[in-house]
Amino acid sequence: MDVGIVSYGAYVPRYRITPAEIGKTWGIDGEAMGKGLLIHMKSVPSPDEDVITIATEAARNMMSRCNVDPKHIGAVYVGSESHPYAVKPSGTVVAEAIRATPEMTAADLEFACKAGTAGIQMCMGLVGSKMIRYGIAIGADTSQGAPGDALEYSASAGGAAYLIGSEKIIAKINKTLSYTTDTPDFWRREGAPYPQHGGRFTGEPAYFKHIGSAAKRLFDAMGSRPEDYQHAVFHQPNGKFPTRMAKELGFNDQQIKFGLLTPFIGNTYSGAVPLGLANVLDNARPGERIFVVAYGSGAGSDAFDITVTDEIEKYNRQAAPTVADRLKDTLQLDYGRYAKFKGKIMMG
Amino acid sequence: MREVAIIGVGITKFGELWDASFRDLGIEAGLKAMNDANLTGSEVDGMFIGNMSSGSFIAQHHISALIADYSGMASQNVPSTRVEAAGASGGVAFRQAVMAVASGMHDIVVVGGAEKMTDVSDEAANSILDSATDQQWEAMFGATFPSLYAMIARRFMHEKIATREEIASMAVNSHAHGALNPDAQFRKAITLDTVLRSSMVSDPLTVFDCAPISDGAAAVVLCPLDAAKKYTDRPIKVTASAQASDTLALFQRNDITTFGATAAAAKRAYSSAKIKAEDISVAEVHDHFTIEGIMALQDLGLFKKGEAGKAVKDGQAAIGGKVAVNTSGGLKARGNPIGATGVAQIVEITKQLRGDADKRQVKDARYGLAHNSGGTGSTVVVSIMEAL
Amino acid sequence: MSVARHWRETPGRYNLVGTKCGNCGRIYFPRRSICPECRRASFGKMEQYMLKDHGTVFTYSVVHEASADNNNLKPYAIAMIRMDDGVLVTGQLVDVDLDKVEIGMPVRAVLRKLGDESHIATINYGYKFVPKDK
Repeated sequence: MDVGIVSYGAYVPRYRITPAEIGKTWGIDGEAMGKGLLIHMKSVPSPDEDVITIATEAARNMMSRCNVDPKHIGAVYVGSESHPYAVKPSGTVVAEAIRATPEMTAADLEFACKAGTAGIQMCMGLVGSKMIRYGIAIGADTSQGAPGDALEYSASAGGAAYLIGSEKIIAKINKTLSYTTDTPDFWRREGAPYPQHGGRFTGEPAYFKHIGSAAKRLFDAMGSRPEDYQHAVFHQPNGKFPTRMAKELGFNDQQIKFGLLTPFIGNTYSGAVPLGLANVLDNARPGERIFVVAYGSGAGSDAFDITVTDEIEKYNRQAAPTVADRLKDTLQLDYGRYAKFKGKIMMG
Repeated sequence: MREVAIIGVGITKFGELWDASFRDLGIEAGLKAMNDANLTGSEVDGMFIGNMSSGSFIAQHHISALIADYSGMASQNVPSTRVEAAGASGGVAFRQAVMAVASGMHDIVVVGGAEKMTDVSDEAANSILDSATDQQWEAMFGATFPSLYAMIARRFMHEKIATREEIASMAVNSHAHGALNPDAQFRKAITLDTVLRSSMVSDPLTVFDCAPISDGAAAVVLCPLDAAKKYTDRPIKVTASAQASDTLALFQRNDITTFGATAAAAKRAYSSAKIKAEDISVAEVHDHFTIEGIMALQDLGLFKKGEAGKAVKDGQAAIGGKVAVNTSGGLKARGNPIGATGVAQIVEITKQLRGDADKRQVKDARYGLAHNSGGTGSTVVVSIMEAL
Repeated sequence: MSVARHWRETPGRYNLVGTKCGNCGRIYFPRRSICPECRRASFGKMEQYMLKDHGTVFTYSVVHEASADNNNLKPYAIAMIRMDDGVLVTGQLVDVDLDKVEIGMPVRAVLRKLGDESHIATINYGYKFVPKDK
């Protein structure tokens, strides 16, 4: 039985701020910082947005593109590192908002930036084993960067939702595998407002080692090479890392073009790979093959080998806004309003 | 049904009355009214108190007993009833008292209205006022009380029923009159510019389009008309007191440029008084917001739809104009202690019809009207008084 | 903490679920247990009805003095929306350039945070409106 993507939906908040604007406040050349990170601007959630509202919007977009009865959905997994509640699931609100309740399971996932793709793997297992007919996996974040910290130039908000099933799949997931170790490159303790990170330790032993290893395992398992894929999507904490990773693995700029969104929206954490993949699917044609590797600090990588099916021709992509639509009509913020939006101003 | 007369009125100063408690205010107004009616107190056999939200403002419910107690009525076990209908609490309390006397159930009834609003922060006071709207489906969703009226004003402007300046002129009219009322919260005339240029509350309404937060109380004493001369030389006849309801939420209405409850209550009141709108020479209308006052003038038939704004701007609502509107200063300048407002309107009309209104006296007034509204016109009372 | 008061209204808050009178077919939002037109004849015949999520601005205001829930959003637009199903619904209009809000503007319902009683209380979610996608 083929298991794959039946539908998908994306959401990115409308507000943006530029690294130059952030740098102005801290006396840093933000423009240079942005160029180094390959980030032109980042998305900012409105004060009334959080992971639950972002996940809901993505899920509703996903549902509007297909004719699946929400009552046939057996699982809702929301992956995020910024769930609004420490205890109380995000997924139940999302499930109610798409009227999928009550005969279903739900759980919130956390694995830094790869909780969304972990959800896809879980849904694949449940669908493949026929425990459920359809499952939803969502990766969404309103990620936090401490004021003045390097993360503040990249940490943004957005998410994408995937309906996993075995009927009318627009993209078949040929294979998925993971690579996981205990590598503390980035963390946030319970109750702490902002994450901490190991600086340059987040690079070589963390991001590059895990994505590289998962990618190589996937090539080996599939007997494939970079040129077999039209598209590649890598986790993208900035624009620089995935570009270098792609080059090291043998992919060219054209292959990562659609999957690389960080330059325009910043690092959406759990939303990053799901959004990159959504943009690929917005533009993909039948028969195209997609290479995907997510990364979550702590650390692990989930890799996917995906083939777009003929079904995508009949699929109603126009029923919801594309990722490209979400990059247009933005509202720019200055640092003062940004700080207010993010609740960074201490109120009396 | 017996005819009913007003034989005494009393009112406190309205404003930020830091020294006065809720009970101080209620008792002061009540005693003034009793004194005005030459009563000792033992004649009183019924009490009604209009109050919107003492539970939220001063954490005290059961104020019917509180006022009965502190006014000395508890010792003779006089029945006391608290009435709540948001901004129309005072007007509804008055109407309940009128019915009690008219029916023969009671002979001498004191109607009080009181609100102590400044014991909480402005923000808390505003959110208590928001609860006059549909708390679950308006306030919860970000609609503030002023914003609902601002949306009405927007429709007025969009449908060209009144211009922004015409709407604002309601406040100019109220302030001009408030300047003549020693009990008013604001005793200062303003210009159109003051309204248009003050800070925005809810676009297009500014601070000067909105009535203030106030403390205060008012009271009137009623008795059967045929017994009134025993207590006063100048009884005022209650010719009509009509009430009407509408949906709680504004969005449940198809047309928000008219309040159906005001039109219905006015129609019932004119019919019961056997007069026409043209017979009214002095009116107290509920101007919690300028737009509310303009709309009321139209719904009451005092001015035609599309003409009220212009008429007010042209001075037709001033003392000496076609109909003298809000000679007390209205909610805007006299002040708006919510539960007291409806009763304060009756006090003002009574003073006008008696010829007791000093500098703001309207000449030869025979019929006076009081229009008291709760929420966004969800409860409306229109009462008509007649000089004998 | 009034959790249940909010929880029992979630169908209306999340998905604009109102009622349709089984007697006359009129649609109401929020839910009602009887039809104000049919009254007794509608009793027991009121059905759940989910509004379509599109509408146009009927009237609006930009709120400058807001309650605590909306302090971080102010000034914000509040609007009465004429839904495609005919009924009016009041809600915030967000993610919009306040100078460009106008009567007749097409909008779409989205789920947003409405507020919370404190940082340790539950978060209330409900509909708000955004400009319709071009």
